[in-house]
Amino acid sequence: MMAAIILVCSVVFLLQFFVSYCRSLIAASIKHPLSAEVQDVTGIKSSASGEDFARVVQLLQLCPDRPEDRNGVQAIGAYFGLLGFVRSTIARLMPTLRTWTERERGQCTYFAAVTLERRIAFSRDMFAQQLET
Amino acid sequence: MACVVVSELGRFKVVAEYGFSSRQYQYFYFYSDAILTIFLYFALSTLYAHVFSEMKAERYVKMGTLLLLAGTALFTYAVVEQSTAKFVTHFVVDLSQNLYFVGLVLTYVLWAAILKLRETRTRLIQLVLSLGVYFSLYAANYAIRNLYPPLSSVFVPLVQVFSLFLPLAWAYAFWRLPEEARLAPARLAVIPR
Repeated sequence: MMAAIILVCSVVFLLQFFVSYCRSLIAASIKHPLSAEVQDVTGIKSSASGEDFARVVQLLQLCPDRPEDRNGVQAIGAYFGLLGFVRSTIARLMPTLRTWTERERGQCTYFAAVTLERRIAFSRDMFAQQLET
Repeated sequence: MACVVVSELGRFKVVAEYGFSSRQYQYFYFYSDAILTIFLYFALSTLYAHVFSEMKAERYVKMGTLLLLAGTALFTYAVVEQSTAKFVTHFVVDLSQNLYFVGLVLTYVLWAAILKLRETRTRLIQLVLSLGVYFSLYAANYAIRNLYPPLSSVFVPLVQVFSLFLPLAWAYAFWRLPEEARLAPARLAVIPR
């Protein structure tokens, strides 16, 4: 009985913390303006769409990995999956929830695009360092 | 973090010497886990002190932390006392599990305080939220293993994956986020405030 209560509480708290944590990651990156180059590559001009997420993540995977970004990208990927699940189940019955999930999915894409920009800058730095040596 | 590194090195040495399924490794793992959980519990109390720093409540936070730790240890002792075999080991394992849950509840209370006090330091918010995710993953994992012991073979290895989350999330918070970064915590709440 006690273990069941702990399990239920833990899962509820986990969902709350996880959603808030992912939104804090997104909020920290949302103010970062995308360079014209990344805008061209990703096709994101002013606002991003959730439909582009998979494509931006594919582009991300083409760039050299940065350990400090890996955790955030994986967390946002899981959050995007969770949003997709909500969108295809509960949000079908609630239009306001559907709008919210769409907006959140778009912000996940923007986060991925900002990470892509950082990885491109990181790759350039590495390349420049190699040329110097 | 230094304690985690020392503990992981120690675990590696014990695994290399005695093997993964050895009794020595199991003892070392659970005892070191209990010590790390207590350290993490004190880290949480430091986060409390940061959030309530303007109220000059550091003394009360320290006292509350020690009282709650003693209370959890006493509760665990009272529960474990009934099973006489391997008392100390049972006590250590159960104390660790209980502290994960107490830590989770305390982190939730801290998150509520952050929302209420409109704390805006991005780094502090991310440290608290990632700690909350970490505690809830562990508490849920232990609860599932207690409810369905046959599933332990699936959920025990998951602990290794979970243990990576906190160091990476905190490393991200310290390296990526500038000290002066700010955000509105009300935007992060699952239920808009």
